[in-house]
Amino acid sequence: MGAVDLSIWAKVNADKPLLSVQGLSKNYGNRIGCADVSFDLFPGEVLGIVGESGSGKSTLLSCLAGHLAPDTGRVIFETAQGPRDTVTMAEAERRKMARTDWAFVHQNPRDGLRMGVSAGGNVGERLMAVGARHYGDIRATAVDWLGRVEIAADRIDDRPRAFSGGMQQRLQIARNLVTGPRLVFMDEPTGGLDVSVQARLLDLLRGLVREMGLSAIIVTHDLAVVRLLADRLMVMKGGHVVEQGLTDQVLDDPQHSYTQLLVSSVLQV
Amino acid sequence: MYVAVKGGERAIDNAHAWLAEERRGDLGVAELSVAQIRAQLSLAVNRVMAEGSLYDPDLAALAIKQARGDLIEAIFLIRAYRTTLPRLGASCPVDTAEMAVIRRISATFKDLPGGQVLGPTFDYTHRLLDFKLAAEGEVSQAATAPAAMEAVPHVMAMLDRDGMIEAEPLGNDVPADLTREPMELPGSRALRLQAITRGDEGFILSMAYSTQRGYGRTHAFVGELRIGAVAVEMEIPELGFAVEIGEIELTECETVNQFKGSKTEPPQFTRGYGLVFGQTERKAIAMSLVDRSLRWAELGEDYTGAPAQDEEFVLMHADNVQATGFLEHIKLPHYVDFQSELELVRRLRAEVFATQEAAE
Amino acid sequence: MTDQAYNFAYLDEQTKRMIRRAILKGVAVPGYQVPFASREMPMPYGWGTGGVQVTAACLTPDDTLKVIDQGADDTTNAVSIRKFFQRTAGVAVTEATAEATLIQTRHRIPEAALTTGQILVYQVPIPEPLRFLEPRETETRKMHELEEYGLIHVKLYEDIARHGTIATSYAYPVKVEGRYVMDPSPIPKFDNPKLSNSPALQLFGAGREQRIYALPPFTHVVSLDFDDHPFEPSKAPHDCDLCGAGESYLDEVIIDDLGGRMFVCSDTDFCRTRCEAGHLGALGVPVLKGGA
Repeated sequence: MGAVDLSIWAKVNADKPLLSVQGLSKNYGNRIGCADVSFDLFPGEVLGIVGESGSGKSTLLSCLAGHLAPDTGRVIFETAQGPRDTVTMAEAERRKMARTDWAFVHQNPRDGLRMGVSAGGNVGERLMAVGARHYGDIRATAVDWLGRVEIAADRIDDRPRAFSGGMQQRLQIARNLVTGPRLVFMDEPTGGLDVSVQARLLDLLRGLVREMGLSAIIVTHDLAVVRLLADRLMVMKGGHVVEQGLTDQVLDDPQHSYTQLLVSSVLQV
Repeated sequence: MYVAVKGGERAIDNAHAWLAEERRGDLGVAELSVAQIRAQLSLAVNRVMAEGSLYDPDLAALAIKQARGDLIEAIFLIRAYRTTLPRLGASCPVDTAEMAVIRRISATFKDLPGGQVLGPTFDYTHRLLDFKLAAEGEVSQAATAPAAMEAVPHVMAMLDRDGMIEAEPLGNDVPADLTREPMELPGSRALRLQAITRGDEGFILSMAYSTQRGYGRTHAFVGELRIGAVAVEMEIPELGFAVEIGEIELTECETVNQFKGSKTEPPQFTRGYGLVFGQTERKAIAMSLVDRSLRWAELGEDYTGAPAQDEEFVLMHADNVQATGFLEHIKLPHYVDFQSELELVRRLRAEVFATQEAAE
Repeated sequence: MTDQAYNFAYLDEQTKRMIRRAILKGVAVPGYQVPFASREMPMPYGWGTGGVQVTAACLTPDDTLKVIDQGADDTTNAVSIRKFFQRTAGVAVTEATAEATLIQTRHRIPEAALTTGQILVYQVPIPEPLRFLEPRETETRKMHELEEYGLIHVKLYEDIARHGTIATSYAYPVKVEGRYVMDPSPIPKFDNPKLSNSPALQLFGAGREQRIYALPPFTHVVSLDFDDHPFEPSKAPHDCDLCGAGESYLDEVIIDDLGGRMFVCSDTDFCRTRCEAGHLGALGVPVLKGGA
């Protein structure tokens, strides 16, 4: 339980949220993507967003990460220079932030990796993007990170195509975390993997999140993932947030009928 | 003893003299006149005018003669000539509703004001080689009728009146000129249309065809295809009004495409547009399909990754003068670059062999 | 004799002004690719239309023009372009690097050091150094705007990981004044060091791609590399068999079908000048009088 304590401690001591989302909405024509979402994320905190497909959780994540422009609302990020609204920020700044302070782990590793570039090159890209110019150092860092995600060092020059799905996903995580981002967005990080592979990946993720004190927002339809990783939980349905609170609280004592249904269906499986 | 190759200049002169001989061919056969080409290969002339973006049948015919019938080469000659011409001014937009049509068909209505006019078309001919043309090809006279004086209104105008098709209001914006400004992407629709109308017929045809086969499908119907002459007018500042300075033949195609709409927005058909110099029917139809498929973002459609939806892909590769030049430049000497590659591969091979030896 | 049907140096004056504006912008922002409304020229795209337009916009009647392709004055494309300007501009032409006020080149930088007041015009096929990593122009322009150059280092990293060395031997990317990554046109990387701090004005024209860029005199140009894998210019490890030069870029010439070969300077003017001055390579013959 020590790890969980650490995270709560971080929350208590950080008086300022790392990310503050206010009244975020996005429609597709007449269809609601997500509606009037507000929440704060504190340093070191992991927020899970759950809901079935079409609930708006992926739209929300895309808006938060700057991949989609919301119709209304603000996404305030605590930058080194103070709080900034990333929605109205110039694209140049947002992209710079996306490769330094932020990271994004895609559900499909093919979307987050360069499939034609070696594992070492994949991990090294963010380092080089922020100015690393020593081949030996870049390679040493890549070897270190491959080790941390349990990929053997002798695979460093292999391309991701030659990797299993689980390895590709771990490589994507290494590629994202190598520059020590402060906020990680994850879109169904365990989706599409076998159950045994999922468990190992979750374990690894939990270790990295705790060890690095990462703040993260994880979108998933899998309650087991949030049970293991998330401090706090947000339940979405039809584009709206129907319930939010501490993960254990929401899962053990769901208030909204939809959450109750979600929890009971999982328990039955 | 090695002597460096010299005499590039003489080689070029001799090659060009030989080319001129080959162009003329067998002296026992009468020489083609430019007038013959203009009159009897008129569809080739039209294509060269359209893709050369210069309306001058005599020059186009001359270019075809000079290019030995290689139409892309002829287009290139026209473009290179065109670019040297002074730009005296811009005409007023031509009014295709006032076109003196020689052909006008609609696939969306059985009959309509102005009627269906087949005109001089290959449609419904049987594609059988006509050996009479190999002998003496005197043609029988086509039947004639007095020209109809009534106007031939646009089919789209009729749909527009009922609100059935998206409105395309007149604008006062002066469109960017592709030949005077660098192409900047994403481009406006006007810019795209310019690029497509002078784009390679084969390329535009294939792009259009791909949309019909499902790569960016838009469910196009030919609302109207019309060919004929229109007046070109120009504002003369000294006069303060527009005067007619000539007539050009155009082919115009407007397609009616899949409709959009929602619970609150009444559905409407959407448009694709093609306008090309001369009688160039295949190109005009293809142009209207490609125009429509490139409009996916503006009409709120999904990008499916189809090539014909990709503005940058289409516009950057449509120009055959650019394409042929760059394609053929790889036959120029590249030996300096190849030399540096030779060095590199030799060195890398030597390193591999050295490592292998060291390992043994 | 100039061709009376055309303006001086072929292009009309308005077009030249448009090109000069692009050149000036390029000079003001070294290494930045300035879009310009490239004209159709009477030679095909990919055969030097960009360089020819830049040359046409820079030429004055007092200029002395030199044109080289692969370093040589007598290759067919160089002859053709030189003839074009003789016909349309009537300017003096030369093969001597030092005598030229404007040199149009394809794939080489002359061996002889350039001097203040000279203009070197490069023909550029693909001006975008990131093109083969990212095919989209809209995306590469954004990458330049945001200085997102990580990807080009990934390419160099992959080279080293795979070959043990940076396996780019020509069109080797450079960074200009610490800001823009630039393609120096397909010159061998042997020539890259000559790009930096040159007293001459260097102009790059890409006709088909509608881009002009520039290195004003004494611009600092660095070939991309890693601290522990520094850039190395390279050439064939031989001396010129005609003039004996040890420091010039060499062409390999096959002289029989038994594997016999010789190495000669790719810069024909440089080689001839040395031969005339009495230098002699392994297979050279002493020059008695005059040049070729």
